[in-house]
Amino acid sequence: MNTRAHLARLIDALLPLLAMLIALLVGVLLLLMLGTDPFEAYSALIRGALGNVSGITQTLTKATPLLLVGLGICIAFRGGVINIGGEGQIVVGALAATAFAVMFDELPGLILMPLTLVSGAAAGLVWGGIPGLLKARLGVNEILTTVMMNQIALRLMNFLLRGPMLDPEHVAAGTSIPQSATLPESVWLPRLVPRTLFHSGAILAVLLALAVYFLLWRTTIGYRIRAVGLNPHASRYAGIPVPKYVTLSLALSGMLCGIAGAVEVMGVHHRMLEGLSGGYGFSGIVAALFGKLHPLGAIPASALFGALLVGADKMQRAVQVPSALAIALQGLVVLFVVASDLYVRRRARRRVGSDAQDMPTLTDEEVLAEDAAEVGEESGSAPDQEGREENP
Amino acid sequence: MTDELFTISTLIGILHSCVRLATPYLFASLGETFGQRSGVLNLGVDGIMLMGAFFAFYVVFEGHNLWVGVLAAIVVGMLMGLLKAFVSVTMQALQGISGIGLYLFGLGLSSLLFKTLIGSVEGVSGFRQVGIPFVSDLPGIGHIFFNHNALVYLAYIMVPVSWFVINRTTLGLKIRAVGHNPEAADTLGVSVNGVRYATMMIGGALAGVAGASLSIGLQNVFQENMTNGLGFIAVALVYFGSWRTVGVLAGSLLFSLVNALQLWVQALGIPVPSEVAVMMPYVMTIVVLAFTARQIQKPAALARSYERGE
Repeated sequence: MNTRAHLARLIDALLPLLAMLIALLVGVLLLLMLGTDPFEAYSALIRGALGNVSGITQTLTKATPLLLVGLGICIAFRGGVINIGGEGQIVVGALAATAFAVMFDELPGLILMPLTLVSGAAAGLVWGGIPGLLKARLGVNEILTTVMMNQIALRLMNFLLRGPMLDPEHVAAGTSIPQSATLPESVWLPRLVPRTLFHSGAILAVLLALAVYFLLWRTTIGYRIRAVGLNPHASRYAGIPVPKYVTLSLALSGMLCGIAGAVEVMGVHHRMLEGLSGGYGFSGIVAALFGKLHPLGAIPASALFGALLVGADKMQRAVQVPSALAIALQGLVVLFVVASDLYVRRRARRRVGSDAQDMPTLTDEEVLAEDAAEVGEESGSAPDQEGREENP
Repeated sequence: MTDELFTISTLIGILHSCVRLATPYLFASLGETFGQRSGVLNLGVDGIMLMGAFFAFYVVFEGHNLWVGVLAAIVVGMLMGLLKAFVSVTMQALQGISGIGLYLFGLGLSSLLFKTLIGSVEGVSGFRQVGIPFVSDLPGIGHIFFNHNALVYLAYIMVPVSWFVINRTTLGLKIRAVGHNPEAADTLGVSVNGVRYATMMIGGALAGVAGASLSIGLQNVFQENMTNGLGFIAVALVYFGSWRTVGVLAGSLLFSLVNALQLWVQALGIPVPSEVAVMMPYVMTIVVLAFTARQIQKPAALARSYERGE
């Protein structure tokens, strides 16, 4: 690879930072129009997020679910599908983990804690797997089904937290805050810094990032997921059962979001309550895109967006600039990052022959739907094709 | 108490609410239909609705005429549509994700503006119910169909208007051509990107009005994230309705009927786990999509950006 190609790759890698910078500049304009001092607001934001130990631990605490969701988004994207159901998958993961831990609180912690995590993961897996299966077998657009599954999860939560899962103590006391009973202490994730919310879920998230990297780039399953994402037609021709891997990428994606929900319950709140998902399902998408859809890139990206969210809250309290600014900035970052993709793609096309086609063919997600539907039909009529696998 | 649900007056009340509550769904999903028929999936409808809702509310809150509020929502919606078009059409960005960006931008900005410019939840007097002379006096039907505010009537008028524009005009022909086969349309001299910019702005304007119909028509307040994901439902309704205006109408009425039922069940204090009932339309949508995904004729170039061959 020559120097020019290196330079081009460097520019590609820096594009998200440039997008962030432009978003912050638009933020300056917005703040000026609203008659607030942008310098004051931004410095309050940075001080709040990184200025002291409390800010940094809060940033890392927020970064944990963002990273977990971001990892899920990476897998889905690499597999050529879009998972917008993060919110719902977080909610069902948290609900399942809570229900399990509360129901089996007699079990010893050594068994209960991993099983609680697993039940959260399983719930997320199912919640992501249903849209995956519908896409793979029937060609149903996964964007729509994941959105619907979000709404169903939220309704389910409202129902459970007001009925079957409502804290018995609250019922006895006659108050009715919709939240569950407290989880047994044996499943609380140990705190990493005393007297803060920063918990060991962060370590789990980083380990999972490494695991996802290993899965995607060092195993056959990961190779096939990426192959299907890059070119479903060629993958099918190479004997990869495309529907199976489409389902798998969405299910794994949902599983990681489910773990995010379980970790939030076990590490931060110690009970299930409304608003627990807190927009992480969407912010995780932003973090994943910012990290160039790479599991290791998602680590610094989620720390950055964790800082943005925490800093915005602090800014609201310190200088009365609404924290909603952070959401608008995230939206702008997404718009600029995906818009700048055009240049990445155009340059990539010019240097075909190097490792240009490293990114999945994101624009062609609809092709996959049709393709998956076709394959589904074929394998339906000839089931023997389904089980056939060849080593790539 | 369950008996109360089945009296004539309650039924009329429920159907009246159903017709009324379909308004935002109709505006938003009709707008989305234009975009999707031209091959652009706009997932940011919810963000546009929130911006439309805020600006309509703000203008009315500042003492201006209600129609000026609607106009403000249209202008803001068109600007948001323009932004989406620039990102998805000119920059050929991945459409699903750029929609999420637009949603977050609209959600954040509308909350930011609301907190800075208004601060607390306030009410305004929005559009009032206007009975249509003569027909509104018909027993039952009169109240259900002809006793609404102006935006409700406008939403239903938009159904045949949208049908006519898409199916019976030159613009509609171009929209369908661009959505079905952009290469062929380009060869025949149709500006693919031009048409897609137009549909994004039409869709944006309608999504803006959908937001306004909430903040100055149905609820007459503005709250952060007041759409509660309604814009995402609107996108799904277009698939649900197989990209046809009549289908979109049916889907809108289904969702609003469930909303209306929930409202009345709560008002009458009937102990039905309404959370379970409100899950049903979402489950039904998934089921319908699952059964129809293979048969329906969707725009062949949906969610694909177009780049001229070199």
